[in-house]
Amino acid sequence: MAETTKEGKGFAPRILAFSTNNISDPGIDLAGSSHMHYPPTVIVISMPCTSGIKPEWMLHAVQKGFDGIFIASDGEECAYLPDCSERASHIVKRAQEMLVKNGYEAERIKMAAICSVCAEPFTNQIKDFSEKIKTLGPARKG
Amino acid sequence: MSDRKIGVYICHCGGNISDYVDVKKVREAVQGEPGVVVAKTAMFTCSDATQQEMVQDIREQNLDGLVVASCSPKLHLFTFREVARRAGLNPYQYTQVNIREQCSWTHTDDKPGATEKAIRLIRGGIARTALTEPLEPIKIDTVPKVLIVGAGIAGLRAAVGLSDLSISVILVEKSTAPGGRVAGLGKMYPHGKNGREIISQLVDEVKKRKNITLFTGAELVGKSGSIGNFTVKIEVGGKKVETVEASVGSIIVATGFEDYQPAAGEFGYGIDGVVTLAEYKAMLDNSGGKPALGGREIKSVVYVYCVGSRQQTGDNPNKYCSRYCCNAAVHAAIESAEADPKIRQFHLFRDMRTYGKFEALYTEARDKGSVFIRYSDAEPPEIQKDAGGRLKVTVKDLLTFGEEIVIPADLVVLVTGMVPRSNNALVDVLKLPVGRDKFFNEIHPKLRPVETVVDGVFICGTCQGPKNSAESVASALSAVTQSASILKKGYVELEPLIAMIDPDKCKICDVCTGACPYSAIEKGQHRGKEVAVVNEAVCKGCGGCAPVCPANAINLKGFTDDQMESMIDAMLKEIV
Repeated sequence: MAETTKEGKGFAPRILAFSTNNISDPGIDLAGSSHMHYPPTVIVISMPCTSGIKPEWMLHAVQKGFDGIFIASDGEECAYLPDCSERASHIVKRAQEMLVKNGYEAERIKMAAICSVCAEPFTNQIKDFSEKIKTLGPARKG
Repeated sequence: MSDRKIGVYICHCGGNISDYVDVKKVREAVQGEPGVVVAKTAMFTCSDATQQEMVQDIREQNLDGLVVASCSPKLHLFTFREVARRAGLNPYQYTQVNIREQCSWTHTDDKPGATEKAIRLIRGGIARTALTEPLEPIKIDTVPKVLIVGAGIAGLRAAVGLSDLSISVILVEKSTAPGGRVAGLGKMYPHGKNGREIISQLVDEVKKRKNITLFTGAELVGKSGSIGNFTVKIEVGGKKVETVEASVGSIIVATGFEDYQPAAGEFGYGIDGVVTLAEYKAMLDNSGGKPALGGREIKSVVYVYCVGSRQQTGDNPNKYCSRYCCNAAVHAAIESAEADPKIRQFHLFRDMRTYGKFEALYTEARDKGSVFIRYSDAEPPEIQKDAGGRLKVTVKDLLTFGEEIVIPADLVVLVTGMVPRSNNALVDVLKLPVGRDKFFNEIHPKLRPVETVVDGVFICGTCQGPKNSAESVASALSAVTQSASILKKGYVELEPLIAMIDPDKCKICDVCTGACPYSAIEKGQHRGKEVAVVNEAVCKGCGGCAPVCPANAINLKGFTDDQMESMIDAMLKEIV
C-alpha cells in the first residue's frame, strides 16, 4: 500500500465497515475465502445486529480519521428484529445528520444489505463506495 | 496506560496468513500496545502445542486478557474460549481477530496493505480486550415440564415422546377434540394405515399417561419468564371459561396448517364437480366403494396440480411447493383405481415431485392407468361446463409441443397445497418469528431446524412449512429431543453479552421498552427511583435498544461505547 498519503491522487480512503456476526460477516468472510479483492484500507468490525450500532460511533470514527462508514446490514434476514432494516436506516439517518452538523458530507455513510453468501455484492459495493469516497477526498481536511 | 496484562498470539496459519501478511512485522507493531505483555507468532495457534503454550503463558504471567489473531471467529471462537477457561482466564476476556478471511485472503495482491491492515485490526482487538470485564454465563434452573400447543399428529407424538422421558406435558388444543388433520384421513401411504386409527391410538396413549394433561377447547393466552422457566396462561373454554396458570421449562408449537382454499372461479372452483383434494379424499374415504358424486358414479377424474402452490403472480403469491400434494394426489389416484379399475384418471401437472420413496407410488399410479400431462404455468388448464352440462378440461400438453387436448370429466380435483394458519394471537403471545411465506421460522433450516430465536420455544410439524405426516412426526420428535436436552440437565446457560442500563442515566422514558420485541426490559428500582432494567434471561443481546435511548444509558456488553471508541482510535493510530 504505497498510496497512503492523504492528499491528491494517492488518496486511499479509510473505510470502517460494520458487519453482523451471523449475517453479513459470513458474507465478508466468503469474499476473503474466494480471494476477491477490495482495498485493504477497509476494516470490518462485527456486531450482533445492525440495529445496535450507535450513530455516535460513526461520528467518532469520522472525526478520528475514517473517511467513510459502510454498514453491511442484516436486512430482512435479521434473526433478532423483524424491523431491523427500518431501525438501521433510522440510525444511519441520525448519523448522517450528526456528520453534516459537524461539517462532513452525509454521503460518507452508506448502508447496504449484505447476506451470508453476499461475497460478490459486498466486494462490489465496498469498491464502489471507496471510489465514491475518493471523489469526496479525506474527511479531515488539512 | 493500561494496567492490563494481555497476551497476543498471531497465527501464520501455515502460510495462509504469513504468505500475504508479514507476521513478524505485525508482532513488532503490536507488542508495544498498552497492556500487552506477551506477543508471539505461531505456525498454527489452534494446534495443541500452541494452545498449551497459551495456557502456560496465561498462568505464569497472570494474563487477564487474550487476543488471538487468526481465522474467522466462526471457526475457533469456542476453541480459544476453552483455552482461556482451561487457563483460569475468564472466556469473555478473550477477543478473536480475523486476519485470514478478512485480511490475508482478501489482499493476496497487496502484502504491505494486508500487513498494515492486520496491525490495525489487532490493535483494535487489543483495545477492546483491555476494556473487557469477566462475565459469567447466566444460569437458569429449569422446570421439567413442557407446554405443547396443538394436538395434531405432531403435538400428540411429541407429548408421548416427552412423557417417555419422564417430562410432564401440558397439551393444549384449540378445537374441541385432539387429532388435527390426520384424524380426518382414511388410508395413508405406506401400508394403507388409516389416519383415524393412528390418531386414536395416539390419543389413547396420551390419555393413559399420568404425566400428560390434555386441554381441549383451550388456548394459550399469556407467556412470561424465559427459557427453563416460563409461566404460561391457558384459557380453557366450556360452559365457564377458566384460566389455568402453569410453569413450564419449554414450549413446543405444533399448530399445523390450513388447506389452500381456491377463490371462486380459480380453475373452475365453484362449478359443480370441481373439488379440492381434501374434499375428494373425504369422498373416497366415505364412499365405501366406488367414488360417487350426487349418487352418480365417477368414471373420469382430472387432477390439476399446484393449485395454490408455486404461484408466481398475484398479491401474496405462495411461492413455495407444498411438498405433500403430488404424493397425496397420486395416492388418491391409486385408491380410486383400486375402488374402480376402469376409472379414467388424468393428471395435469407442472412438475411431478414424488420425491424419495414416493417415486414408487408414482410408478404404481401409471401402472394402474393414470395418464400424466404436463402443462405450463403460463398457459394453465381451463375448466368449463360443456353444452351438455358436463365438465370439460382444456389443456396444452407441453410434452407434445403444446398440442391442445380436451378432456371430458365427471370430476375435477384441484390438488391444493398447504397454507400457513393465521395465528396472530399466538404469534403475539410467544413472539414467534414469522417468515416471508407466513410460516413460522426456525433459526437455521439445516442445523437448528426446530429452534426459534426465542430461546426455549420450539416449532415442529406443518406450522413451519409444508410437510407430510411422517416428516411432521420426525420434526416433533426433534423438538422433544431439544426440549429434553435443556430440561434434563436441570439448568441452562445463557450468553452474557446482553444489554445493560446505567440506572443513574436512565430517565425511565420507556423508549427502550417499546424497542424490545422480546419484552426483556422491565421496570425496577434503583436507590428509591424507578428505572428500566434488563431481564438477563430474556435479553437476546441484539443491542437494538442501545441506540434509541435518548439518555444514552444503554450499552451492550462486549460492545460498549468505551470499547467501540477505543477500538476505533487504536485502529487509526499511525503505523511507524
